[in-house]
Parts: sequence; C-alpha cells; structure tokens
Amino acid sequence: MSRGPREGRRCRRSSPHGLFACVLLTVLLTLSAPVRAQQEPFANIASMTADVEAQGVTALAVSGNPRAATVINALRDGKLYTWKWPRPDCPLYIRTDTGFVDARSGAPVTTPAASNLRRVIVNDSVRAAIEIAEGALDLSSPSSAARLKAAEVLFQASDPGALALVEKALAKEHDANVARVLRQAYAAGQLKSGTGSVAERLAAVRELAARPDLSTRSLLSSLQSQPPAVAAAITTAIGAIDYKLKLWGLAENVYYGISLGAVLLLAASGLAITFGVMGVINMAHGEIVMVGAYTTFVVQRVIAAFAPALDQFGLLIAVPAAFVVAGALGVLIERTLIRFLYGRPLETLLATWGLSLILQQAVRSIFGPTNQDVSSPEWMSGSIAFGGLTLTINRLWIILFAILVLGALMAVLRWGRLGRNIRAVTQNRRMAAAMGIRTPLVDALTFGLGSGIAGMAGVALSQIDNVSPNLGQNYIIDSFIVVVVGGVGNLWGTLFGAMILGVVDKFVEPFFGAVLAKIAVLVFLVLFIQRRPQGLFPLKGRVAEA
Amino acid sequence: MRAERLTVVTLGCVLGGAVLLAALNLLTAPASDLHAPNFVISLVGKYLCYAILALAIDLVWGYAGILTLGHGAFFALGGYAMGMYLMRQIGVRGVYANPTLPDFMVFIGWNKLPWYWYGFDHFWFAVAMAMLVPGILAFAFGWFAFRSRVSGVYLSIITQALTYALMLAFFRNDMGFGGNNGMTDFKEILGFPLNRETTSVGLMLITALVLSAAFVLTHAMTGSRFGKVLIAVRDTESRTRFLGYRPESYKLVVWLASAMIAGIGGALYVPQVGIINPSEFAPGNSIEAVIWVAVGGRGTLAGAVLGAILVNLAKTMLTSALPEVWLFAIGALFILVTLFLPRGIMGLFTTCLPAVVPEATPDAVPGIAAAKSAASEIAG
Amino acid sequence: MTGATLLYLDGVTVSFDGFKALNALSLVLEPGEMRAVIGPNGAGKTTMMDVITGRTKPDTGRVVYGENSDLTRLDEPAIARLGIGRKFQRPTVFEPLTVHDNLMLALAGDRNPWFALWARETPSERARLDELLTTIRLVDDRDRPAADLSHGQKQWLEIGMLLAQDPRLLLVDEPVAGMSDAETEETADLLREINRTRSVVVVEHDMAFVRALGVKVTVLHEGSVLAEGSIDRIQDDPRVIEVYLGR
Repeated sequence: MSRGPREGRRCRRSSPHGLFACVLLTVLLTLSAPVRAQQEPFANIASMTADVEAQGVTALAVSGNPRAATVINALRDGKLYTWKWPRPDCPLYIRTDTGFVDARSGAPVTTPAASNLRRVIVNDSVRAAIEIAEGALDLSSPSSAARLKAAEVLFQASDPGALALVEKALAKEHDANVARVLRQAYAAGQLKSGTGSVAERLAAVRELAARPDLSTRSLLSSLQSQPPAVAAAITTAIGAIDYKLKLWGLAENVYYGISLGAVLLLAASGLAITFGVMGVINMAHGEIVMVGAYTTFVVQRVIAAFAPALDQFGLLIAVPAAFVVAGALGVLIERTLIRFLYGRPLETLLATWGLSLILQQAVRSIFGPTNQDVSSPEWMSGSIAFGGLTLTINRLWIILFAILVLGALMAVLRWGRLGRNIRAVTQNRRMAAAMGIRTPLVDALTFGLGSGIAGMAGVALSQIDNVSPNLGQNYIIDSFIVVVVGGVGNLWGTLFGAMILGVVDKFVEPFFGAVLAKIAVLVFLVLFIQRRPQGLFPLKGRVAEA
Repeated sequence: MRAERLTVVTLGCVLGGAVLLAALNLLTAPASDLHAPNFVISLVGKYLCYAILALAIDLVWGYAGILTLGHGAFFALGGYAMGMYLMRQIGVRGVYANPTLPDFMVFIGWNKLPWYWYGFDHFWFAVAMAMLVPGILAFAFGWFAFRSRVSGVYLSIITQALTYALMLAFFRNDMGFGGNNGMTDFKEILGFPLNRETTSVGLMLITALVLSAAFVLTHAMTGSRFGKVLIAVRDTESRTRFLGYRPESYKLVVWLASAMIAGIGGALYVPQVGIINPSEFAPGNSIEAVIWVAVGGRGTLAGAVLGAILVNLAKTMLTSALPEVWLFAIGALFILVTLFLPRGIMGLFTTCLPAVVPEATPDAVPGIAAAKSAASEIAG
Repeated sequence: MTGATLLYLDGVTVSFDGFKALNALSLVLEPGEMRAVIGPNGAGKTTMMDVITGRTKPDTGRVVYGENSDLTRLDEPAIARLGIGRKFQRPTVFEPLTVHDNLMLALAGDRNPWFALWARETPSERARLDELLTTIRLVDDRDRPAADLSHGQKQWLEIGMLLAQDPRLLLVDEPVAGMSDAETEETADLLREINRTRSVVVVEHDMAFVRALGVKVTVLHEGSVLAEGSIDRIQDDPRVIEVYLGR
C-alpha cells in the first residue's frame, strides 16, 4: 500500500488511472477498517468513505473514550480536520478560534500547514450516525428517556470496546428500564468479545433472550466459536425469540385484519340499514360511498381556496358534509326509485345496478376518470410503536371512527325518535301508520340514514384508497358479504362479520396471495351461506320463517 | 296458439335474416349499396352469440326464477375452451414458433404443456369441453346452492361472487390461460382462415343455426311438464314441495342446461371476435346480459333473443357515436325497464299470453322477512 | 303401538327462541279416521302440521307414519310422496298455469325432473283429469290460467289437486275460514266424502263446523294435548272451558 501525495493529486485530476487507484484504495481501506476499529477508537472517523465514517462515529461514541463527545461535536460543527492524504497514524485536529488542537489529547499543536489538511466531510448518513452517537453520549443525561435511547444505541452497536463504559453507567443507573437495556448491551458486548467464563456467557444469553426482537436474533446468530453449552443455550434462545416474533407477527396480522375489518365495517354499516333493516338490495351503495369520498375532495378544495387556515380540519368538516350530501342523495333515490320497488328485491337489484352505472359515469364526466388527490392532515400521519408492533395512525383513526359511527348508529336506532319510528315501521307498517307515523317519510329517512353513513365511510376511505369513480365497486361485494355473514338486520352481527372477514382475509393472504385470498373468502362465503343461510346471528322463530 | 306462432316467427327471423345477410355479403359486389360488409357480418355473429347467452339466462331467470348475475362465467368458460383449441391451431406460426406451446406459455418460461391443455388440439374435444366445463361447474355450484335452499338475492350475489372469483383466477398468469392478455391472434378454425370473409359468413350462419337449435330446445323444455314444474317452483316453491316435487333437482337440471347453452354461445363468440380474456368474467358483463332479457321480456324466449340483439345494436351505435353516453343509457335502461316495463318489449304486445311474470311474493323477499323483527334485534 | 296405527306423534317438542310451540305433544291417528284439532291461537296447531309435513324439524320426539317410517328424518317432498297431502289456509295454486296443468302436476306419478322432461299425457292420466275436472266443476275452465279463477274456484281447484295427489292422509288447515254457512256445510260434506277413502286431520277454530263433522276432537293448548274425545265431552270439559272462556 503505497499512499503518497501523488495518488491524491491524480485523484483530483480525475485521470482514468488515478480514479482507478483511488477506488482501489478506498476499497482496501474499507476492508481493513473493521480490524482497526478494535484497536483505536478514532480510527475510522476521518474515513473518505461515508459509511465507514459513520461506523467510526458510532464506534467512537460507544468506546467510552473521554474525548469522544468533543470530537463528535467538532465533526458535527465541521471543525474536525485530518491530513489531506491518508496516513497510518491518521492524525486528527480540531480547529479552534486560535488554531488547532490534537483531537485525541486536546493538546494544542503547532499549526500544520493548512494546505495539507482537509475538513472531514459530513453527509446525511454520517449526520444520522452523529445523532445516534450524541444519544449514546447522553448516558449521563438527567433525562431517563435520553439515557434509554443511549443504552439502546449501545446495544445496537454491541461493541466489546464499550464494555467498560456500559459497566460504569450501569453502576450508577437507577432507572429499571435503562438498567435493563444496559445489561442487555453489556451482555451483547461480552458475548461478542468472546471472553468470560461459560457461566457468565450463559447468563448473558439469558439476559438477551429477554429481549425478543430481530436485532437480538441476528446478534445471537452471528456469534461463533462458543463453548458447546453456550452454543446450545444460544440455539434455544433463538428458538424462543423466533416463537415470540411469530406471536408478534400474529398480533400484527390481527391488527391489519381489524383495520381492514374497520374499513369493511364502515362500508357495511350503511348497508346494514338499507339492506339489513329495510331489505333493499342497493347495488349503488358503493357509489354512495364514492360520492362521500368525492365530497371530501371537494371540501378540501374549497378550504384550500377560501380558508387555508382550516387546512388541518378539512376532514372534520368533510364528515358531516359527506353525511348530508350522501344522505340527501339517498333520500332522492328512495323517493324516485326504491319506493316503487318495495317487495321486489330482484328488480331493485337491477334498477340500483343501473343507478350505480349512472353515478359512476356522472362522476367520471364531472371529475374525470383519474384518481383525485385527497390529502391527509398531519394528525393522521405517522405511526406509533407498541411492543413489536408498528401501528399506523391513520388506520387507528379509521378503527376509532368505525366504532364511533357504529355506536352512534346503534344509539340513534335505540333511543332516537327516528330510530323508534324505523323500528315501528319495520315491525308493523300498518300499525305504525295507524299510530300516526308517516311511513313514507320514515322510509325515505331510513334510506337517507343508511346512505349518509355510507357517505361518511367514503370520507374514511379517501384516506387509504384511491379516490376514483371505481372506488365503490371495490367494496360492494365485500359489504354484502359482511352483512350476510353477520346476519341480516343485526348491527352486532355486522361488526363481527366485518372483523371476521377482515382478519380471515389477512391471515389467508400470506398463504395464498392476495388474489387467491379473495377467492378463498368468496368460496368461504358460498359455503357459509349454505351452512347458515340466516347469518351468524340468525333471527329465530316464526317471523324469520315467514 | 299465439306462443307457437311467436316461436315460428322468431325462428324465421333469425334464420331468414342470417341467410339474407350472408347472401348480401357473398352475392353482391363490394361496391354495391346492398353489400353487407364483413364487419357487419361479424357484428351480427356476435349479437347472435349474445342471444344464445340471453336464452340461457331467460331459461333460469324467466322460468325458474333464479336471477343469475354470473352467467357470463359459463359463457367465458365456453369461450376459453374454444380459445384453447384456436391457440393450439396457431402452432409454429406463433411469435416463438413453438409447435405445441402457445406463445404466452413460452413467454412465462414454461416448457411443457399443462395436462389440462391435452386434447384441445382436437376441435370436437374443445366443443365438448365448451359444454362440459360450464356444465360441471354449474352442477357443482347448483348442487350446493339449491340443496341448501339458497335463493333470491342471496343466490344472485353468490353467482356474482362466482364469476368475480373466476375473473381473479383467470387474471393469474400461472393458471395457464394467458393471464391478463388472455388468448388472441388466432389463425384458423378447422383449417379455415379466420381472416377470410367466407369464414366469417360461415361462422355467422352456424351461430344462427345453433341459436335456432337452442331456441327449439329451450322451447321444448319450457313447454314440457318439466317446464310447468319450473314455473310452479318459481312462483310457489314451498307448494311444489308439498306436492312431492324436489325443486332443487328441477333447478339443478335447468341450471345445468342453461350453463351448457351459455358455454356453447361463448365457444361461438371467440372465433368471431378473435379474443378471449378474463374481463369476459367481469360481473358487469353478466348483469348487462340480464338486462337484455329484461328489455326483451323475461319469461318469453323470443323476448330474450330480441332483447339481446336490440340492446347490443343500441350499444354498438351509441358507443361509436357518443361513448360517454352509453353508461348513462344502459343505466337508465336498467331503471326504466324495471320500473315501467316489467314484462319487457314482449309484454307490450303479447298481453293475451298467460301472465308468466310472477307477482311479488313474500317468499321471494328474505330481507323483508328477516327485517320484520330486525329492528328490535338491532336495538336489543 | 301396533301396525294398525296410521300416524303416531311421540313426545314432539319444537321451540322457537325459547318459546315452546309444541311441548311433548303425543297424538295417535287410526287408519281411515277423521280427526278435528282445535285450540286457541298459539296452541301449536299449525306447527303440528309443519312437523308432520316436514317443514319444521322437532327438537325432540318422533313422528311415526304407517309401518316404520320416522317422518322427522324426511323432507317435505319425501313425506308428500309417502301419501301425505296438505291443504293450506290460503288457497295456493300455480297462478300462471292452466287449471289442467295445475291438476296434472298434482297427479300421482313420477316426480323426477328427467321423467318430467319427456313425459307425455297418457290416456289413463287424461281420463283421471277429466274425472277430477268434473268433480271440482271446472271442466269448462280447464285451459284458463288459474290466476283468472274466482276465490271459490281456486279453493276447489286446490282440493282437486289434493285429490289428484291421491294421499292416504290429508291435512287440512282451517278450511272454512271466511266461508258462508252454506259453503261451510258443503265443505263438511266434501271432507266426509274424502274421509271414506282416506284419513283426514282438520285444524279448525270454528266449533260449529267441528260439530258438523261429528268426529273425535283433540284440543291443543300451549303445545300439548289438553283433552281428547267427542265434541260433547270436550265441550263439558272444565279445563277446555277454562282455556276457551277463561280468557
């Protein structure tokens, strides 16, 4: 390895030869980096390869070297300098107001010729490493959250060189959580160092097994040449971790299933009213959902044009707006179409299918066939971690929204004046009419209620699906399945139907792929209807058999 | 009887019209005003295939009361059977010039013909499969569905789910049916080049013949004691049970026959349009076919044929002139026919025929039946 | 039970949602017997008919018909083919079909769809149909759709269909509901006529009609048999009086 000034110059002149030499040099340096990392905490901090430099930053941070914080801060601030051409001793200088100090010792140095120095460059990946490193350096911070983060960094690095640092921190740590992670970091470092008695190593493996995640697993499986007893313990620990990871995976699937179920529940709640309670087969239900999604789009546009300050609340305004628009559309449909077809379900099916074609084409003519851009407010983006789970916030909101809508619907039906009238009319239309209830009005309002809820579902769907004229088609069959599975006319059944369908779908998907999962669900539906034509929660007795 | 006369008139129109059109194509000079150009021939051939599908739908919907929203699946399966034969006929003329494997199989890296493609190099085998495959599917589906007494809209929605599931399945490349693109670029049928005019005329004439045969067959079926039991089942299913009939077996037989007729329609359709792909399974297609029958007049076989031809003629004219308007038009057609013309066009001038369209019966309204106590359940 | 019994309901219980429509109901019918079943609303009369004809499956108990068939294991068509006919309260005929076709579908014979596809009317069938048409006085209307018939004619047509079915046991649900006195009398005569060759179970509200029939009476109450015997004995039974008049 001859590394003279000439190579460097050639490099800058970018002659093909020089470039080749430069690349070769970098590769060689990179290859030798891990070896030196164990020897000297500052070794890679000035590497010309960003990734190696980033590793160097982390290594320095966890090394426990008293100068680490100063040097890393200097690097961040662009005050760290090194010799322009690589040298085996890799000198490092920090520029001060007055001159340069030696980075390793802090002692002032006689000013090197500025033309021989280069500033150590900081790119994005290095900056990220610095951020973590600063965290690790926070082990002495008064905030336990900061210390926890620092301990976590130490664990991820699991550098044997940091053992002393970890031990020291552990000695004065009083927060149980931080101490646990520190112990894990210590165990990791110890196992990696390949020292210690068998008993100590076994204890370390036990310590790590208490932390069942992917990084522990890869750490454990990277350990080599351990005594047989320890190797066996490691295998067991990996097995246990795999098992726990599987459980988390299961929980994750359940979450996805529930979140899909919530979407289905929203789409099906309106149908549970129009189909479940009124017995109207509304094939245009999906299109009413679609109208709700387009209402969201229009509301956001209007807000952007006239009241940009309300930007974050667009969705909140869209919910009632969609309810009103879709509900009014529902009343209109009931008055002009559905009411002539009561008691003729097959005809209703055909007529509403025609209506769905008209609505789709109308939206296509007005807004165009392409997807419309509906934005998400900030409070709906991001995700939170819970154990081994990552939960996206917008899905959480949708689950919450679905539950709220279902709850409100149940409340309206049970306690509301409209709900009472709806029940009266569906139970005994003639008697209700005789008691002075205007049954045609109740019919229209019931259908409007179901449609309004479909519209609100559209607001939620606009957040997770493409707002296009075909939006509704994707949900209509699933919605019917939910209502049918849950048992016609039973909102609790609708809830269970949606959740079961959502979860089953997500569990079948990994095994069969999305398309076959869909087919499997449909086959399941066919078999289900045959086994239990009345749904999961059938209405028993004479009435149901009439 | 008028019904008999109607049958003769329909048969005469179909066969006479087809022969006349063939003559106008073959016997007149291309420049003549009377000449029927090739595209008209294949267009009419297509309509006649649709009419076969409409007959099949009318048989189950009009006479047995089973509103099928998935008959397009049987039609498409028949089409795929024929498509497979036509694919095998391409042979070395394909892009990859593979003597046995169709192009799309070579493309996805298969090197062996899957077992279910065996035999499709024989025309008669393909024709048999065009009936058998829809038949077997219909039998399996019907056996389950009818025995467990699934009826009304539930049955309709399941049939829709059936064709939807098949569509998803056929979209998959690894099914071995050409995936997304389906099958196309056919060269010849039984040695006749598909791009030759006389072949189109021949196919159109054969379709007219098959349609007539299907018409005679369905007419005989519906006129027999079997057909009368079907009508009884359609209107008052429980009563037929107490008379000792098993409605499920009757439905199964008519469902099977209908699926096979639809399959034959599909098999004739593919060589005339030159392509078959999974979009033929789209639920929308099946429902559109139902509306042909509704427009023509459900429960009258002539109405089914008439409706299929009229609606598709309108579709051809409208989609070329005003493509945007077509969906509005067909949507409005669904609504107007169900609201104002429940017995279709035939209902307008066959009022003295027995009323074959049933009144609404409470039996047919599972939703309403359940709804009676539904509201209390919801609250409770 | 001996082989002489035609129908034997043995401890039949049916419950809907906890409500017991039939509660350990037992009933014996001899061949050739006509039996009247009475009882207040909700006593389980119609449910009993549903159980016998296979429309409702009982939770417990069995229904023995003839030698050894347990009807609870059979479905409606199978039971109908064993020779049990049922007349509903509301006349249900096949409205779009002609009078002739209605009767022909009811005529005893092969019910197989494959047979029905090829079936042609045989001379003996034709003779039987003519005979039936005469009995129910609809000879002139044979080619009219049943939908065009009057209410009374539909009732007659349905009875004709029942006769065409040639059952061993006939179940009749409230045959005189909404009928005038003269019609009621005529119907009683008809039932007695039918009873000469077949067993009959009549469910009825109308005491006068039951008296006119002059047969053994079973009183149902809350899903089980309250009393059984001649009409005079029944009317003197204090428990029956309690049930009928006590409310």
